[in-house]
Amino acid sequence: MTTTKRATSKAPAKRGAPRKYELRLYIAGQTPRSLQAISNLKRICEEHLAGEYRVEVIDLVKAPQLAAGDQILAIPTLVRAIPKPARKIIGDLSNTERVLVGLDVRPTP
Amino acid sequence: MALNRVLQALPKSRTGITGLDEITLGGLPKGRPTLVCGGAGCGKTLFGIEFLVRGALEFGEPGVCVSFEETAPDLAMNVASLGFDLERLQRSKKLVIDHIYIDKSEIAETGEYDLEGLFIRLNTAIDSIGAKRVLLDTPEALFAGLSDVGVLRSELRRLFGWLKDKRVTAVITCERGEGTLTRHGLEEYVSDCVLLLDHRVQNNAVTRRLRVLKYRGSTHGTNEYPFLIDAHGISVLPITSLELAHEAPTETVSTGIAELDRMFASNGYFRGSSVLVTGTAGTGKTSMGAHFLDAACRRGEYAICFAFEESPQQIIRNMRSIGIDLGRWVKKGLLHIESARPSAFGLEMHLVRMHHVLAKHKPKVVVIDPVSGLLPGGSEFDVSALVLRIVDFLKVSGATGFFTALSAADDLQSTSLSISSLVDTWIQLRNIEVNGEKNRVLYVLKSRGMAHSNQVREFLLTSRGVRLREVYLGPGGVLTGSARVAREAQERREEIRQQTEGKQRALAAKAAVRSLEAQIAALQAEIEARQRELTAAAEESDMRSEALISDRDAISRSRSMIVDSSTRGGRPNGRGGE
Repeated sequence: MTTTKRATSKAPAKRGAPRKYELRLYIAGQTPRSLQAISNLKRICEEHLAGEYRVEVIDLVKAPQLAAGDQILAIPTLVRAIPKPARKIIGDLSNTERVLVGLDVRPTP
Repeated sequence: MALNRVLQALPKSRTGITGLDEITLGGLPKGRPTLVCGGAGCGKTLFGIEFLVRGALEFGEPGVCVSFEETAPDLAMNVASLGFDLERLQRSKKLVIDHIYIDKSEIAETGEYDLEGLFIRLNTAIDSIGAKRVLLDTPEALFAGLSDVGVLRSELRRLFGWLKDKRVTAVITCERGEGTLTRHGLEEYVSDCVLLLDHRVQNNAVTRRLRVLKYRGSTHGTNEYPFLIDAHGISVLPITSLELAHEAPTETVSTGIAELDRMFASNGYFRGSSVLVTGTAGTGKTSMGAHFLDAACRRGEYAICFAFEESPQQIIRNMRSIGIDLGRWVKKGLLHIESARPSAFGLEMHLVRMHHVLAKHKPKVVVIDPVSGLLPGGSEFDVSALVLRIVDFLKVSGATGFFTALSAADDLQSTSLSISSLVDTWIQLRNIEVNGEKNRVLYVLKSRGMAHSNQVREFLLTSRGVRLREVYLGPGGVLTGSARVAREAQERREEIRQQTEGKQRALAAKAAVRSLEAQIAALQAEIEARQRELTAAAEESDMRSEALISDRDAISRSRSMIVDSSTRGGRPNGRGGE
């Protein structure tokens, strides 16, 4: 797939098999905000999507050419690639409720 | 060192856009961002694209286009009509187009973020081809996609600073806001150079205008300059960029009307000069133009007629009625008649069409019939500015310009006043209405650099073209038309009468002379008679005195016979004689 560094979660499912949620988190360098987003995401996924997700963290400082494909503008951006249609959540993911709504895990209040 | 750097002129990056580099004295500030503001459809995107394309093709500066509104294929299609092949430029690594797209409905915001992704994408694009030019086509579109205005503003500000650090010459387009240059006040961040594009609808025709609002560190043209977008891209038309330094040939060209030629000291107009013919409707302005065209084509010169009222076919047909066959010159390829409704485009479009036609054909003679026809397309000021540009352009190219202008019946000179000071020769045609008929007269109002007749001439449209006749001054003013004909007839009659009278008088005088001569002869005869008489009388008197003497002698002799004795014996009584 990609040559980027993957920060796949410790999900129990095997690698490569399709998951219910395929997520990509775009960051730019190891900034505090990026690290914050990564840790927030891990927490939310473990709590709400355990076993159903895969997360790919893409550092645009290392792979800048990947920014255009997902129309990345804001950093950090979480892209829900699957299920379709794709959705984006920007910001450090500090608001769990909004992240879950954004991921369509929870219906829009 | 620092001082030296200040004194160094601001380096500029040429845009390659016709006319813009003249206004900005060399282009946009190199390595700095320039803001291009304007309303919808005023040509901002096109401006930016042309800046990139010309940079890539003409100045060897590759460019990056970050489009926030249109996709790359859409952009490519939109500018293809201007001859810009964006796809080929992309293939040859001279251009990168990145379409940045935000759909608010599929984005949720949770917490803090920045626009580092945009920076990274831009940086990647710039570095991938070594770009020197960047176009950000309406970054304000971001405000519609992201809700955190504070972040956006600070990030855009950071972006403009970053572009400067990156040493790329950037063009940033912005929608014009209510009362501000841009909707979100971006002009606060881009303060080096601000261009304002505008397009106004005036009398249903669109006129585009460009203004350099601000150019830090450089002088620049401050006026509003009309510009247009046509098949050659953007052309900005500065009025003042042309200098008044054209050649002034002394050669003259015929007006096409022999009598009119003779009204000028040099037998025609100066080549390269501009001629204005004004007159009310139906005074024969177009016919004069046709004569001028015809004369040029007869000399084998290329001529162009811009007609704003009639189609080429109509002009050819109508001029045939006064014996001028323009059709053959068209067929020969010497004459080109370009007809267009004045309302078809805005003024500047007309001007550029003319420029293109003139640049393509390089004519020696150009007729514009009528320039006043352009008035609905703009104000009088705009039209005279347009005529000024044409006049300048023609002078520089050495072509003789012939303009006709319609003037109002009651205000002959004011309508065309703003144009008339631009032209070298001004001929006025007038209708004179006397005795229930309408006649045309012509006079030369001015002709720079040559003496010209001060006479008013009657202007006749005959089947053999325009003729000029002397007019007669009558007790009630100039006489034209049938009054002139009547006057001519009267003069002829008068002349005949005078001739007859003269003959009679001569005869009478001759008779008188003859009678006097007869009298003289008679008197002479009388003198001779009297003289003869006198002579006769004198002779008679002589003879008589002789006779007397002889008689006396005889008497004395007879007496002496007696006296002799007495004498001899002395006088007895001392008396001698009687």
